Amino acid sequence: MVVDQLSESEVDRLFHALADSTRRSIVVRAISEEHSVSALAAHYAMSFAAVQKHVAVLEQASLVTKEKRGREQMVRANREAVRRARHLLDEYEKIWRQRVDRIAEILAEDE
Amino acid sequence: MAVISSEKDIEALSFTIVAEFDAAVDRVWQIWEDPRQLERWWGPPTWPATFDKHEFREGGSSSYFMTGPEGEKSRGWWKFTAIDSPRRLEFNDGFADESGAPVGDMGETHAVVTLEEVEAGRTRMTVASSFENAEQLQQMLEMGMEEGLKEAMGQIDGILAERASV
Repeated sequence: MVVDQLSESEVDRLFHALADSTRRSIVVRAISEEHSVSALAAHYAMSFAAVQKHVAVLEQASLVTKEKRGREQMVRANREAVRRARHLLDEYEKIWRQRVDRIAEILAEDE
Repeated sequence: MAVISSEKDIEALSFTIVAEFDAAVDRVWQIWEDPRQLERWWGPPTWPATFDKHEFREGGSSSYFMTGPEGEKSRGWWKFTAIDSPRRLEFNDGFADESGAPVGDMGETHAVVTLEEVEAGRTRMTVASSFENAEQLQQMLEMGMEEGLKEAMGQIDGILAERASV
């Protein structure tokens, strides 16, 4: 169950981090392979510092990890955290599947 | 099988479910329009919903509460942003405090429901929900999970009772 795996504040950080389109885009890029912050910054029409801030928010939500390598900071997506976001949506899906079943039952009573 | 497909978009924090029912579009529309029918399926079985207001028109709002197994109440509201009878409705859905006032920092879910006739007497319902923040989703889930937890506890009680009678 979600409660066992994530505290409410962890979930808040997770979704706050994913609520921004630039940050979602960074996660997508960092899933396929690791990127340096400067390589990421080249993709967005914003300052290096702004991209660095986005990466910091993602790091706090455990969506990415940052590793210093030489003069570069390498960013890699944390697949576990992405999996957790999926798990929350899976739980929501269960609620809707139950609702659909109950609607079908109500409609079946008409006959 | 009523559910045809479901799709989750993790990046956009959205969820879409498609279901088909052996009923005409008008009949499925009533499931949403009539609060007495709506409350039979909206809340989880152990958290039944009661709609004390259901202004089913564009700009109208609804208020409801779900009653938990211990008599606790969780309040919510809807605001209808579009209604095109009997094919499409859109509403925002959020949580409310004890007086029924929206809880401001809790965020909203936006839902778009469409009904289409796939053949005579058969209706496809698509519900697309998008979340703006986690607390909203988390609260919904906690309610669903509370239900699961209580059911699991009930089963344990049942097993223990069986053992005791052997």
